[in-house]
Amino acid sequence: MDAPMGSRGTEYEMVVERGKIREFATAMQSRHEAYEGPDAVVPPTFLTSSALWAPEGARVDVGFDRKRLLHGEQEYVFHGPPPRAGQVLKVVDRIEDRYEKPGKRGGQMRFAVVVTEYRTEDGTLVAEGRSTLIETAPKGGAA
Amino acid sequence: MSAAGTTAVTVGTKAEPAEFGPLTTRMFARYAGASGDFNPMHYDDTLARAAGYPSVFSQGMHSAALLASFAVDWLGADTVRRFRVRFREQVWPGDVLTCTGEVTAAERRGDGLLVTVELTATRQTGGVAIGASADFLLPG
Repeated sequence: MDAPMGSRGTEYEMVVERGKIREFATAMQSRHEAYEGPDAVVPPTFLTSSALWAPEGARVDVGFDRKRLLHGEQEYVFHGPPPRAGQVLKVVDRIEDRYEKPGKRGGQMRFAVVVTEYRTEDGTLVAEGRSTLIETAPKGGAA
Repeated sequence: MSAAGTTAVTVGTKAEPAEFGPLTTRMFARYAGASGDFNPMHYDDTLARAAGYPSVFSQGMHSAALLASFAVDWLGADTVRRFRVRFREQVWPGDVLTCTGEVTAAERRGDGLLVTVELTATRQTGGVAIGASADFLLPG
């Protein structure tokens, strides 16, 4: 089933870990000192790893065929300095938008915008992720 | 490179370009572990070829993370307030990405200078792999 616009996933917990920040910084070939030490801050795209913390079924499912799924855009917004090591974040997905466009070779391309909210334990919204997902038109142009 | 002072940043200011690569499957595997994206198309060459690709290829978010690394070296880690990437061309083992950045807007606010930058990661072929837009709130 395709989850409709406005539907929300189940909230889960993400612990921002110093070692995970270091591992991510190494993978992004960064030697920035802000990613070292007990107060390490998260890199701009680090929150993508929150998927590691999601229990099965907690994230929203836009229902797209994985064989035709593309990641078109990804955005992270921080409402203040990015989260730091030691913080516990409450994470939940919601579907912000769904729309369709005609494919270049016929059929319909489907789009979904999934927003992931990151809140501190007192409920303050500190960051948001925004993924634009695309399902390309089926081969042969059949809608 | 070090974080730029606000006096040095204005519309039109460009970052010193930086290169990442040649990229390797090992780097894609390292990113898979760091991010938790274990799609095998990024590190299992046999599966990638069976699926019709010439080889494994980089996770889009891996290339995005390299561009983020470049941006943070330029404008700081604590200062980032928004980072948006658009995925354009696929990135392959052996590719060298050249990252460039330019300030496109600067707004003086009570809490600092909010700068908007456009960033690009370009393959050695000239093709754009990743385009990005980001905001940084610089102190002072």
